[in-house]
Order: sequence, then C-alpha cells, then structure tokens
Amino acid sequence: MSVDVRTEEATTLMNTEQMSLWKRLTRIQAAQIVLVLVAIVIVFSVMAPDAFPTVFNLRSIIVNTSIFAVLGVGATMVIITAGIDLSIGSVLVFSSVVAAKVMGLMGASGWGTAMVGVVVAVLAGSAWGLLNGFLIAKAKVPAFIVTLGTLGMALGVSQVITGGIDLTDVPGEFVDAIGFGDIIWQVPSLTVVAAVVVILGSILLHRTRFGLFTFAVGSNAEACRRVGINVDRQLIWVYVISGACAGFAGILSLAFYQQTTIGGQSMTALTVVAGVVIGGTSLFGGIGSIFGTVIGLLIPVVLESGFIIIGVEAYWQGVVVGIFLIGAVYLDGLRRTRSMRGGSGRKPTSRQVGDENLGNREKDG
Amino acid sequence: MPILEARGIVRTYGQVVALDGCDFDVEPGQVTALIGDNGAGKSTLIKILAGTEPAEGGTVTFQGERVTIHSPSQARELGIETVYQDLALCPHLDPVNNLFLGREIKRGGIMGALGFMNRKAMREQSIEAFQDLGATVRTLSEPVGTMSGGQKQSIAVARASAWASKIIFLDEPTAALGVVQTHNVLELIKRVRDKGIGVVLISHSMPEVLAVSDDIQVLRRGRRVATYRTADTNIEELVATMTGKLDEGMVA
Repeated sequence: MSVDVRTEEATTLMNTEQMSLWKRLTRIQAAQIVLVLVAIVIVFSVMAPDAFPTVFNLRSIIVNTSIFAVLGVGATMVIITAGIDLSIGSVLVFSSVVAAKVMGLMGASGWGTAMVGVVVAVLAGSAWGLLNGFLIAKAKVPAFIVTLGTLGMALGVSQVITGGIDLTDVPGEFVDAIGFGDIIWQVPSLTVVAAVVVILGSILLHRTRFGLFTFAVGSNAEACRRVGINVDRQLIWVYVISGACAGFAGILSLAFYQQTTIGGQSMTALTVVAGVVIGGTSLFGGIGSIFGTVIGLLIPVVLESGFIIIGVEAYWQGVVVGIFLIGAVYLDGLRRTRSMRGGSGRKPTSRQVGDENLGNREKDG
Repeated sequence: MPILEARGIVRTYGQVVALDGCDFDVEPGQVTALIGDNGAGKSTLIKILAGTEPAEGGTVTFQGERVTIHSPSQARELGIETVYQDLALCPHLDPVNNLFLGREIKRGGIMGALGFMNRKAMREQSIEAFQDLGATVRTLSEPVGTMSGGQKQSIAVARASAWASKIIFLDEPTAALGVVQTHNVLELIKRVRDKGIGVVLISHSMPEVLAVSDDIQVLRRGRRVATYRTADTNIEELVATMTGKLDEGMVA
C-alpha cells in the first residue's frame, strides 16, 4: 500500500466524520420515538382542540412524568449494562418511609428538616442499590433475581416499619415549594428538579468516561476486563446510581403526595422499564439514551391524558402502551440482527450518506 | 537476545495438563509463529504471558529480569498487548472509543477530574494510529459492530500496536477472515514488526506462517518440541513436527 493511498484514506476519515452527524441523529431510535410522541400530541390536539393542548393539561402531563423521569435516569444506565432493576418502586417506598420517619422525629417542619429528608432518602436508596450491585457483580446472582428479591425486601421492611400505614411527616414548606409550586409562571418546580437530574444524568452517561464504561460493559464485559476496566466496580456504581435515583424519587413523591405511597408503587418499575425500552434503550445492553427514556415515559402519560379528554376509557392506555413496548423491542431486534451481524465481506446496510466519498474503500475491508 | 524468555511453564486444568514445562522465546523486531495441533497449549501459553491466566510453575524473564505477570493490566504496563481470537472489541462503541478503551485521554483541570474526556485528542491520535499501519477503517463514528470482520480485526491489531511497546500476541487473527482481509492483516503484522516490536502469531495456516514469520516455534502436548528459522523449513517438516511424526521416524 503506497503512501498516497494512506493519505487519501485519512482524508476520507475526516470527511465521513463531518457528514455523518445528521445520519447519526436520524438513526437514533429516540429521534424516531420523538416523532411518534409528536404525532400522538397532534392527533389529540386536533380531536380536542379546547381541552388537550392547554397549559393546564400540559402542566399536569409533565408533572405526572417527572418522578418517573428521575427513576428513568438510573434505570436507563442499568439497562445499558444489560441489567435490570425491578426494585426501584419498592426502594422509592422504603426511602420515602425512612425520610418521613426521620423528618417526623425532627418535627416535620422547616427547610432544614426537608434537606435532611432529601439526604436520608438518597442514602437509603443508594444502600439498596449497593446491595443490588454487590450481589449482581460479586455474587454473580442474575440481576432479575436480585432485584426481584430486593423488590420484596424493601417493600416488606417499609411495611414492618410503618405497620402498613402511610406516613405523612413532610414539612409543609417543602410540599408547597417542590410538590405543588411553580418556579415561574406555570413551570412546576417538581419538573424543574427532575429535569436537573435528567440533565446531570445525561451528561454523566453521554459525556464522561463513567458513561462510556457503562456502555462498554453492556456491550462486551469480557473485552472491558481484558483492557483492565474494573467491570464489577462499574456495575456496582450503576446500581447505586439507580438506587440513589429511586431514593430521590422517594422524597419527590413525598412532596407531591404529602405521604408515603406504600401500596401504590407495585407497577412503578415495570412502567419505568417500559419507558426506557420504548425510548430505544436495548435490553441486551450497549445502546440507549436518557433522552429517549424521557420521551418513552411521556408517551403513556400523554395517552392516558388524551384518552380521558376525548372520552375513551383510560384503560385503553395500557393496551396501547403494551403495543408500543412490544413494537419497540421488535424494532430493536431488527436493528440488532441487521447491523450487529458483522460477518466478513458483508456490505453494511447503513451506507447512504457520503457513499461517494467511500467508493475507494469498498475493495478493502 | 530475546526480549521475553519463558522457561518450564506448567499449567493444568484438573486432570488435563495443558502446559508441561513449556519454553518459549520472543525476539524484538521479529514475527515469531507459534504453531501446534489443537490442544498443544498455544492459547494457554499466550493467556499466561498476557496475564489472563496464572502459571503453576516455570519462570518468565522479560528484558533480562524475572517477572510474574498476574494481570492483563500488568502485562500492558510492561508493553505487552494481546489480540484475542474473539476480537475483544465492544461492538456498540466506535473505533476511537475501542482504541482508547480503558486508556481514555482526560481533559485538563477540573473537567478531567470529573471524568470528561478529550475526544478531539483521542480522535486525532486514532487517525494517526490507523494511518500509521494503513489500517482499513471505514469511519471513526460508527459502532465497530456494523463493520466487516477484516475492519474489526484491523482495529484490534491497530489498538494493540498503538499501545504495545515491546510485544504483541496475536491469537489466530485471521481465522475468521477472507483472502483479501487476511492479506491486509498480515501486512499490518509486518508493519508492526518493522516498528521493532516482537510479534507472536498463533496460526493454523502454514502458508500464512511461512509468508509472514521470521522464526517458528512448535508446541506439542504442552512442550516446545522445535524451533525453526522460517527460511530453512517447509510445510511438510512443520506438519510432521506438530503431529509428532518426526519423533516416530516416519518422515525422513
């Protein structure tokens, strides 16, 4: 191979780099699911122009998605490692119970008490995450079983602590400001707080080495071990983050409902996993985005709101979300078999933009 | 003067003796072919020298000093890289992130401390590394899982050569490749050798071994039974040595 050819290849590498940005954007499943969400919103807006696209309705939609979105940050990271965390609903309950207990002992009033509650809830959630991560990474018990076990344990301990009766020890200032308040105009504080968590989570996942390792471990854990990445430590951290998100969601839930929700979180983990998967994160690991998860979580909430407004029984929401869920995993499967086969001599199907630049490379590889 | 000398390496798996006092030498700036029949102990020997499996006996001398290589990280610190049969790339990551996996360049200052990476520097150095070897990489921004076997193997070899300062082990790097891709990878191997690195090539393809290696060491039943200069040997002799026919006097 002559020097000239190599120089030409280098130029080619640079060109494809610039040209593929749009291609990369459009190929993210999250981008496609945004279109689905927009279509749903347009349909409901046309069918109920006076009731659906109102500030009040949109505000209630984003409020109802906010707590799920906080849970979705951790759940997305876990699923990118090809794991699962079924315990988040129970960990949310446990964290809110422990936080309410502590805040109750402190008199259940004032911002200082509320901040202690936040810290306690996040630590309580992280502790369950640490247990999950340790059992999965070190004891090699499958994540499905570990988190199914801690799902029952966290809820059971919560019921033991409370005798099954919901606690209401939340400072009023905290409820007014975070649970119901608006930062400005009709922008709910709860949503702003959740958005901060989502943005921080996205930066961590998509911009840092920690995030890269999360994808890498989900993509090929053995390859990571061979290059010296501490796979066990990475997994433990990811489950701790998932637990911490559940803990934080627990204190937000306290602020919103003004009480713990011991009996109300049995479907939470499944709702969040559905949102993560609809948003384009692969259950097989290595692919995903928190942005997609937020869109995936908005879809069920928008459907429920829309169905109620146009007079369809809200029960249909479950049916439609189920179809979306199965469709999303079907598409993921198609995508994987199409693009990850990686046999020799195969012409990639993804070659569209910039092919003319690549013509000279076809004979190689 | 070999850069690495292994003497009397022993490794057993239960009742099975994979390596039974095996010797092995790596010379700098040379391609050393490591051949042997299935079960001769080639892959086990590589795993021990790459730090992924412990040896039960024997000594390893690296640059004149006795060493015990007990982890892949330690092997890499010594300047030893390995290209595994099953590639060991992350299919969902792009070539840049695969090349730098575990060795990401951090940004300066507080951003670096927070775990932010200098992607620009990583990409520029990747382009350099691939150009350096004339590796055929279609694009730097798509997951390597979408690429052909030849491109993936090129990336794996380029990664090893970018980081290896002393030795590269290649465990059947062309086993899954077509004719053209195999040719490209063999060319890559020669360029790595020309950088002065000791290259160890495991292969079952005798024509390939004869085409690319400088010397050939033959394993049989967990021991090194012969060392040849590539120029002085031929397929018949190598096959006879591997299968043990030479010992039994069936080949003149």
